[in-house]
Amino acid sequence: MINASLPELRRALDARQISAVELAGLFLDRIDALNPALNAFITVDREGALAAARAADARIAAGSAGPLTGIPLAHKDVFCTEGVLTTCGSKMLANFVSPYDAHVVSLLEAAGAVSLGKANMDEFAMGSSNESSYFGAVKNPWNLGRIPGGSSGGSAAAVAARLAPIATGTDTGGSVRQPAAYCGITGIKPTYGLVSRYGMIAYASSLDQGGAFGASAEDCALLLGAMTGFDARDSTSLERPTEDYAAALAGPACARPLEGLRIGLPREFFAEGMSDDVRAAVEAAVEQYRALGATTVEVSLPNAKLAIPAYYVIAPAECSSNLSRFDGVRYGHRAADYGDLADMYAKSRAEGFGAEVKRRILVGTYVLSHGYYDAYYLQAQRLRRLIAQDFQAALQHCDLIAGPTTPTTAWTLGEKADDPVQMYLSDIYTIAVNLAGLPGLSHPVGFGADGLPVGLQLIGDYFAESRLLHAAHRFQHATDWHARRPACAA
Amino acid sequence: MSLSNDQVGHIARLARIALSDTELEATRAKLDGIFGLIEQMQAVDTTGVEPMSHPQEFPTRLRPDVVTETDRRDAFQKVAPQTEAGLYLVPKVIE
Repeated sequence: MINASLPELRRALDARQISAVELAGLFLDRIDALNPALNAFITVDREGALAAARAADARIAAGSAGPLTGIPLAHKDVFCTEGVLTTCGSKMLANFVSPYDAHVVSLLEAAGAVSLGKANMDEFAMGSSNESSYFGAVKNPWNLGRIPGGSSGGSAAAVAARLAPIATGTDTGGSVRQPAAYCGITGIKPTYGLVSRYGMIAYASSLDQGGAFGASAEDCALLLGAMTGFDARDSTSLERPTEDYAAALAGPACARPLEGLRIGLPREFFAEGMSDDVRAAVEAAVEQYRALGATTVEVSLPNAKLAIPAYYVIAPAECSSNLSRFDGVRYGHRAADYGDLADMYAKSRAEGFGAEVKRRILVGTYVLSHGYYDAYYLQAQRLRRLIAQDFQAALQHCDLIAGPTTPTTAWTLGEKADDPVQMYLSDIYTIAVNLAGLPGLSHPVGFGADGLPVGLQLIGDYFAESRLLHAAHRFQHATDWHARRPACAA
Repeated sequence: MSLSNDQVGHIARLARIALSDTELEATRAKLDGIFGLIEQMQAVDTTGVEPMSHPQEFPTRLRPDVVTETDRRDAFQKVAPQTEAGLYLVPKVIE
């Protein structure tokens, strides 16, 4: 049951082979058994989960269940949950019990999904390894000595270890796709504006976007479908009809279901920087896509290498502004000893924020300061335009873009923890997508030399979620990489 | 580019983050590395390129000017470090 797909769980629940309460109990027991080693959850809400499961059972009995009614899930701890601790992985919010729900949380609750708890994450979603969490690093279920990726590392590890069938995440520079790749699962970050940011604790507002984790594209499609939709409380929420991503998975039942699909392979992504084992798995996956009927064409993203420097100006600039709200007055940590008001701010923030968050606030403060704004912030925004234009030019020649999600497989815990620049460089393939605001998906395509999963990234034009999910679903129909599990979930 | 300890101290004051002398030195070294990465941007001629501040380039949506929220003062103040009689308490700023 723990490895069942969402449609299989749906059938089992509807056929009363298992109740929602029993299903929640099954996953809660797995969390109790495995979370001490994995540290994927910051908060486990057994009581709330069982109450939601009882309500789901009533709904199923009444014949009014939707696709997610009674399905357990984990929320990244960046999403506010009313009455449940919402820490954002920070000491700053270590005692913050949110007085309201994020829009995503409300939507999934209304759909009848059963929240098991809150997944660990890099502090304020700033990190690529989940080591910056105030609540300790998350371990990769495939190898407890490796990082799970970040910043949604707890969500990805929870799904990979089957502590939850699906999980929410957020992706500002790769924080859904990169941990999905490292943990051997599927993750999608949709077009900027599809998922409401209301109640999603802000890091870099022009880049932050909610996303979905699952074992397969099909599970991601079902979760994402329930997360999207217009929300007047987010000024960037798009007013457009919601799509049925799961329905879009249906494709021609033939040997070459992707006939006619043109996949662009960016020269720059395949040129250098990728380890040999990642390259081998990615190239084999591209060959598999060709076998399914797709054609490939070389495309170019000439400014892609500038995405990291541009991102590390834009994201810290926005973060320095967003995180100014943590002042020890209305919520969050307040220092015990202080003199005047300025001293209270400075000490509360010094104590409440971890090293990486402080660094990004300082970088952002600097690039926005008088005399440096043009050279840094405006220059980064101009590069952002060039990067976005590169994607549009490439997408003239193809329907979607494919390449590695990450340059290597998951690295060893601690390996880059003291070297922010090396950590930043690991996001080379994912960051440009956020700068442009495009949708991206990562799905597993094999294993590296060290037995750790490799992910393939698919990038589409704005609102191409259905196309990305359909392609990945056809791939997963023909292969079984997505069905491989770490020993703890075998 | 290399930041001085004075510059880092100045940014930290602007950002309202207290840094001890030892933290200042360690932070400066890390920031130098980060700015070394950022400097790569300067090699590109972006003359004539319009800055892109956001993926969505349309005007902010407006809504009718009506009350949409209810009074939840108690719930919101429950998470505050220090309140009294519905007010947030901070150190005295005016003598």
